[in-house]
Amino acid sequence: MLHALEGSQAIAQAVALCRPGVVAAYPITPQTHIVENISKLVADGKLKCEFVSVESEFSAASVVLGSSAAGSRSYTASSSQGILLMAEVLFDIAGMRLPVVMTCANRAISAPINIWNDHQDSMTVRDSGWIQLHCADNQEAIDTSIQAFRIAERTELPVMVCMDGFVLTHTLEVVDMPSAEQVDSYLPPFTFKNKLDPKHPLSLGTLVGPEYYTEARYSLHRALEKALPEIEAADADWAKICGRASGGLLTVEGPENATTAVLAMGSVVSTLTESNEMLPGNKRVKIIKLRSFRPFPIEALQMACAGLKELIVLERAFSPGLGGILGTEVRAALAGMQKPPQVRNFTVGLGGRDIPMSTLSKLINAAKTQAPGGFAILDVEPERLPPEDR
Amino acid sequence: MDSTQLKKEIQERRRQAQSAPSEESRPAEHNMAELRKLQPRYRGLEAGHRACQGCGEALAARLVTEAAGPDVILTNATGCLEVFTTPWPQSAWRLPWIHSLFENSAAVASGVEAALKAQGRKTKVIAQGGDGGTFDIGFQALSGMLERQHNILYVCYDNEAYMNTGIQRSGSTPHAAMTTTSPPGKERMGKRHLKKDLLSIIAAHHIPYAASASVAYPADIRRKVRRAVSIEGPTFLLIHSPCPLGWGIESDISIEVARLAVQTGLFPVVELERGELTGVMPIRHPKPVADYLKLQNRFKHLFTEDPRAREEREHLQALADHNIEIYQLKGDGMDALDTDGADTVRRGGMVD
Repeated sequence: MLHALEGSQAIAQAVALCRPGVVAAYPITPQTHIVENISKLVADGKLKCEFVSVESEFSAASVVLGSSAAGSRSYTASSSQGILLMAEVLFDIAGMRLPVVMTCANRAISAPINIWNDHQDSMTVRDSGWIQLHCADNQEAIDTSIQAFRIAERTELPVMVCMDGFVLTHTLEVVDMPSAEQVDSYLPPFTFKNKLDPKHPLSLGTLVGPEYYTEARYSLHRALEKALPEIEAADADWAKICGRASGGLLTVEGPENATTAVLAMGSVVSTLTESNEMLPGNKRVKIIKLRSFRPFPIEALQMACAGLKELIVLERAFSPGLGGILGTEVRAALAGMQKPPQVRNFTVGLGGRDIPMSTLSKLINAAKTQAPGGFAILDVEPERLPPEDR
Repeated sequence: MDSTQLKKEIQERRRQAQSAPSEESRPAEHNMAELRKLQPRYRGLEAGHRACQGCGEALAARLVTEAAGPDVILTNATGCLEVFTTPWPQSAWRLPWIHSLFENSAAVASGVEAALKAQGRKTKVIAQGGDGGTFDIGFQALSGMLERQHNILYVCYDNEAYMNTGIQRSGSTPHAAMTTTSPPGKERMGKRHLKKDLLSIIAAHHIPYAASASVAYPADIRRKVRRAVSIEGPTFLLIHSPCPLGWGIESDISIEVARLAVQTGLFPVVELERGELTGVMPIRHPKPVADYLKLQNRFKHLFTEDPRAREEREHLQALADHNIEIYQLKGDGMDALDTDGADTVRRGGMVD
């Protein structure tokens, strides 16, 4: 059924449809509306779950770690500094193979403090072992949140659903909210074989020495690789129920014969797609929407890049002292191709800086002069820099 | 052997005993191994773990899990207890047990308890941590757990320093004690600060029940654990547990040293309900603090010619005197369960 909902409200309703047993969260902008809406659903009796209103993000993550291990479907949401405060627990949740789902309302990282959108927060925990799925609009955020529980529970891996703070979380969009029957037919009740139970006592989180540590970590790596088909299947199966897919691992749009493509993640993909349609037909590029950042779909990306001469990677974070993170990973992923495209790498829209429709043309032009292996922040304003950095 | 079998065996032995010749006519025979097997005792923490000899924490954890029984889920902060009980692929726990990180035992327990509530399960949750994981790095998570009124018993095994990392000072380390990060020297006489009064902070959360105990008094620990787990809501137990390695004592005097901490008044054994003091273990004859200190290498520098040594000894004596005064620990000698009476009688016998 179609509703005009704010992104956060939509996520709260979607999560409630998944019948979590335990929700724990701590407020942080721009995630707050999600937990406020869940709290209200609990207060109104529309969502029967234990809502644990904790004293920090660190404890929010720890609570869902415990509740998941005790056999309840568990959900949390955070953002920015909250994700960083959770970092230690996030690694632990993944290492313990607990199927927790969380929403990351993507936001910049301090210093300087900034509450607006970019991807530095989830990027910073990319090595935690969580599946990370990015959403281009609020409909995708709803559908991906529902799929996330299925993916998590089938793979025994935690899933982070990344949606752009404010741009998505605080924007009203007309969305189709699935029915409880649709979600119930898709998502079976949660059963966890390793749950804490006095009848079958298990020791979870034990000390592992050099004899087994490598193998334990390798298994986590394999689990993420094996999650690739699960992510695709989860999207395809959901599409059978509700008639729409969110893009599996990645999607390619634009003219078949275009030899330039722009790759991006999150809501900027919608902006790029619209701008692309306004370009003259012969100037149009392919737009690659990368939905699964972890696991990184190397093979699917190579296939998507076959025949390309130039791939422009646009990202919303970077690694100081190196350059692009996504760009670096894409270059590495394509290195195994027969004829890889030249990869150009730009960061744009840090800390909520607007990414206007004109960005696409600017990007295509800037790519022409970027040296191989180069990197630039596309929208840096030289006159706002100290003289020595201009 | 299950309890039905056990009862049968006991009855069979009694029958044999009754039909056998009178007591006087045969020599006393005790097969200790057999008798031990007959004791219907539940063990949550098995023997064979890797704790040091004389480890107070290992003993305390065994007593806690014995008293709490089998319908329990344990959480554990990072520390010695986690390390010596679960070197993969082994585990000494007969209870479901989860370790996550150093500072989140209380928060993980909160999650486990929330899940049990959501599933309608009645299993009790016990969170465990050392003093570092409780007084210091896990303090915020603990306070949150107490404030949210989770149905959890939190047990802190207090050995008064970061022993797992090799004896560094914690918020619980006593004043003037030597650790590797509070060494005595020309400018210092061990730890400069006081032991954090954690129990008062816990009491300020007005939780139903908070208590301190010592491994020197096992029956007292058992009683307090049973009391705590019978309460629906957050409860807290601080158990003074010597670390022979960290305190610099022989492993066979662990219990003696622990008892002296209580008998001197340095470690008051008390009970608080909703923040009010409701019980203490009275001290029959307060012993001089020096009796406790001189047994331990961590206070060795307080027994030198250095004039500061005497000053610090007096300081510690004053702290003990203060505890005796504010908790009214001085007993009248009539309480059989005071510091000299408790756990001195070997109680035993068959259980029907």
